[in-house]
Amino acid sequence: MTDMQKLYLLVPLAPLFGAIMAGLFGKTIGRAGSHIVTILGVAVAFAASVVIFQDVQAGNTFNGTLYTWMQAGGLTFEVGFQIDALTVMMMLVVTFVSLMVHIYTIGYMSEDPGYQRFFSYISLFTFSMLMLVMSNNFLQLFFGWEAVGLVSYLLIGFWYERPTAIYANLKAFLVNRVGDFGFLLGIGLIAAYTGSLNYAEVFAKANELAGMNMDVTGWPLLTAICICLFIGAMGKSAQVPLHVWLPDSMEGPTPISALIHAATMVTAGIFMVARMSPLFELSDTALSFVLVIGATTALFMGFLGIIQNDIKRVVAYSTLSQLGYMTVALGVSAYSAAVFHLMTHAFFKALLFLGAGSVIIGMHHDQDMRNMGGLWKYMPITWFTSLLGSLALIGFPFFAGFYSKDSIIEAVHASTLAGSGYALFCVMLGVFVTAFYSFRMYFLVFHGKERFGHDHGHHEHHGDHDDEEPATDHHHGLAPGQKPHESPLVVTLPLILLAIPSVLIGFFTIEPMLFGDWFKGVIFFSEHHEGMKELAENFHGPVAMALHGIQSLPFWLAMGGVATAWFFYMIKPEIPAAIQRTFKPLYTLLDNKYYFDRFNEIVFAGGARLLGKILWKGGDQGLIDGLMINGSARLVGWVSRISALFQTGHLYQYAFTMIIGVFVLLTFWLNRA
Amino acid sequence: MTDIPLLSLAVWVPIIGGLLVLATGSDRNAPMARALALLVAVVGLVVTIPLYTGFDLGTSAMQYVELVPWVPRFNINYHLGVDGISMLFVILNAFITIIVVVAGWKVIETKVAQYMAAFLIMSGLMNGIFAALDGVLFYVFFEASLIPLYLVIGIWGGPNRVYAAIKFFLFTLAGSLLMLIALLYLFMESGGSFSILEWHNLPLGIEAQTLIFFAFLIAFGVKVPMWPVHTWLPDAHVEAPTGGSVVLAAIALKLGAYGFLRFSLPIVPDASMQLAPVVITLSLIAVVYIGFVALAQADMKKLVAYSSISHMGFVTLGFFTFNPLAVEGALVQMISHGFVSAAMFLCIGVLYDRMHSRLIADYGGVVHKMPKFAAFFMLFAMANSGLPATSGFVGEFMVILGAVQFNFWVAFLAATTLIVGAAYSLWMYKRVVFGAVANDHVGELEDVTGREFAFLGVLALCVLAMGLYPFPFTEVMHASVDELLRHVAVSKL
Repeated sequence: MTDMQKLYLLVPLAPLFGAIMAGLFGKTIGRAGSHIVTILGVAVAFAASVVIFQDVQAGNTFNGTLYTWMQAGGLTFEVGFQIDALTVMMMLVVTFVSLMVHIYTIGYMSEDPGYQRFFSYISLFTFSMLMLVMSNNFLQLFFGWEAVGLVSYLLIGFWYERPTAIYANLKAFLVNRVGDFGFLLGIGLIAAYTGSLNYAEVFAKANELAGMNMDVTGWPLLTAICICLFIGAMGKSAQVPLHVWLPDSMEGPTPISALIHAATMVTAGIFMVARMSPLFELSDTALSFVLVIGATTALFMGFLGIIQNDIKRVVAYSTLSQLGYMTVALGVSAYSAAVFHLMTHAFFKALLFLGAGSVIIGMHHDQDMRNMGGLWKYMPITWFTSLLGSLALIGFPFFAGFYSKDSIIEAVHASTLAGSGYALFCVMLGVFVTAFYSFRMYFLVFHGKERFGHDHGHHEHHGDHDDEEPATDHHHGLAPGQKPHESPLVVTLPLILLAIPSVLIGFFTIEPMLFGDWFKGVIFFSEHHEGMKELAENFHGPVAMALHGIQSLPFWLAMGGVATAWFFYMIKPEIPAAIQRTFKPLYTLLDNKYYFDRFNEIVFAGGARLLGKILWKGGDQGLIDGLMINGSARLVGWVSRISALFQTGHLYQYAFTMIIGVFVLLTFWLNRA
Repeated sequence: MTDIPLLSLAVWVPIIGGLLVLATGSDRNAPMARALALLVAVVGLVVTIPLYTGFDLGTSAMQYVELVPWVPRFNINYHLGVDGISMLFVILNAFITIIVVVAGWKVIETKVAQYMAAFLIMSGLMNGIFAALDGVLFYVFFEASLIPLYLVIGIWGGPNRVYAAIKFFLFTLAGSLLMLIALLYLFMESGGSFSILEWHNLPLGIEAQTLIFFAFLIAFGVKVPMWPVHTWLPDAHVEAPTGGSVVLAAIALKLGAYGFLRFSLPIVPDASMQLAPVVITLSLIAVVYIGFVALAQADMKKLVAYSSISHMGFVTLGFFTFNPLAVEGALVQMISHGFVSAAMFLCIGVLYDRMHSRLIADYGGVVHKMPKFAAFFMLFAMANSGLPATSGFVGEFMVILGAVQFNFWVAFLAATTLIVGAAYSLWMYKRVVFGAVANDHVGELEDVTGREFAFLGVLALCVLAMGLYPFPFTEVMHASVDELLRHVAVSKL
């Protein structure tokens, strides 16, 4: 093993070590010991990733096996790494955001009794996510895929005494399992038709697959594979209709909302499709499917962000919508733009979530924006970094989000794929919606009248289950007269460190990532998907792009959104209420999140329970046991009762029967001859 | 190869040891009975280890063969041997026996010697089943192993134990009588041989094959158990003491599945091929239908019992796709299920010993009082849902992958277990472990003792080791599975 290979191994193992130490020996090493060991682990992983990044920049990539997991049926199952531009970018994002979240957690979870457990989980998550992105084969990809799902499950249910939290985590796991169901079948098809699970070997056969049809169903094979794989991505990256788990996942502590449910895990699906670009490129049907799903998610989940009152839920719906943007980019073959947006989004969305968490600390765990207002005065760092994050999110020129989002919109514009017209409409309108909900939140939280500190009693909650929570939970809120306060340095420092890339990273990386050679040999386009090529022709450097951006429609849509939010929530606060009254049915539809949850609850959850009961009571107990088993037992009983008639105990009857028997037998015997 | 008769040791050490334990007599000597039982169980495992370490990977032939005439008049032999299909089950069985002895250490207070002896003797008999290469010897072990389990359920079982024990006994007996007829027919046809290996090469017409196939299907299908002859299992589990459930799930169910590989497939290959759709259909019903039934259970043991049936559906499904990946996956699933179902029943046992209830509704918030237990239970529940890096994933994954090669829709239906399996396992976990402390009884719970920690910990290590590195498990199977499939592909007509 070379030194570089040892370094590759160090990246996932350092956080794993931290997780094991904090998890199994948390009591022994104490709270400080736990956060020191886990933070060191992640810091080491980050540092190693930086070194690997420089190595990859120098042109050194790696694809090799770590160990053979199993061999069977002509297939070799391996655990191994593929280190290239895409991997190392993900490694940097994951380890950096994870490091920020680890530090932040010291402040956020300082009073929680499950302190060590929390650090153990987030380090375990970091390990799993790294294994996922560093994989060179489908088996390990699935391992990481499920492992991050497991940690997500554990963390959403971190406060396991809350009924809402344990409802949300079970829901998250099961909805993800629906995605995994498709994902596994996709992997199965790949294994069946290529005889390999190794990326490079599978990609080498991509053209061969494209010409094949499936044996039993007759479907075009590659389209089936890609759609199956994408169903997995829909689960993990929360695309409609498998998005339902993500808003509820906000039941988990805020640091993990930032790390797992915004910056990293939910982007695993995006990463996976980008990684599979050699396959997806060969199926326009699959790409159209991806495009339409993504566009729908981008717009319609954005709408839901508008009416949320829980600060975390606004950011959650915003995440859904932004994941939709990334998916749209995948659909129009702008994989590099998708991954670029994944990166910028990881920074500014982690920033917004951690900012929201800081606000929640300042508000003593009140998450309702209607009880906030004017916080900029009390929490200056949180306020300013959140402003930067919001500007990045709405795609304000020169900010990171501008470069990535504008590239996506341009790519959709250039696409001729079926569904691209619909997608363009969705992403354009989505810009307005994004700006509106982002600045609605910004104004409600940081500006305007100070609405905290009132004795608002049991205020009307929004969201699913907020009001079922027990009295001992974390929703205290500020006492009357109490003022919010800025969070400690361990909380604000990550905000500052995340704000820097949120502002700058787009400007400095757009050229190499989108138009340079960075992803050469990693991400593939086929000749007839011209979106990225057209983009490259029109690109004349980041400054020119930003200046051009100011003259284009998306910018004015975004400004319109900000202005509308300002007018509605700063100038005439009675307007939203009036709209809500006027468009009651629409509001009800949004308030019920398009009835996805209720539909799933009744049809799938209720249906499955009912079906189980019917099969059990009707099938097992009624038919099988009732009719067949006990029925045959009854038959035996009946026969024995009849035969009991012959056993009277009277000797003459026995003798008589015997004589008849002998007579019958004799008759037979004589007639035989 | 060594000259030590390892397989005879594997069979007779537990049986003779069990008789010695029985000889310690009444409960006054209970501590001695326990210690002796543990000693015997450990020795029983130790003698099986060389089976693995000395195993020849290069051959599909039987290894460690012992052949002694038993009843020369009917050409019945004491004929033992293992191949890559059976060897691991002998070790698994010996391993589970230790777990059962330790698990029953404190919990069983009456008739301790008899309890321990029953399990030891059963363990030896079951090893005999896996190792027997003579039809009569197999049958004798097969039937004899019913008796200790019957007694365990009937004596140390719950309130409805007599019904459950008799149901269990009648179901399996009915099945095995058909097997006896089939064995006798094969004896005649082969010109007076009871050698299973000779039967493998015995030419048979398709009608004879079909009849024999159904005789075996019923005999082994009841044991597995396959839908629709599975209803004895939930009743037996509910009434059985924890140790009984562990052995039942971990080992006894494997006997039926093993029978398919040792008898049905090689002896009647043409009928097996032709009638595979029947078995596959029944298996898929087991996976899907039983999965939903598990979802509806209010009793934890019943839930895990149904989940066992569903998981065993994967085993029979894998066998009858005749795909090497799926067949090995099915074997892996059998071993994994040995660990996971044992662990699930032990977890329920840990709770039952404290609360004397198996109803999910009586629990809630157990994690507050038993965090270590909750961690173990989580691991096993996840393994039961087939999470990667646990053993539960490996077999399911292999069978699903193999099934895709066989027929996409079969794989599609089988893969629904990903959702349903997670739903019933984790929904139960949620209701039992998470949430606020549900009642005063839960509030008084104490976390696992050192003894409980030990056996759960050992099983946890097994589950993780097999999930992270299944290579050593599958490696020993290749030669035998490949040979079996080659053999099945050649028509006997």
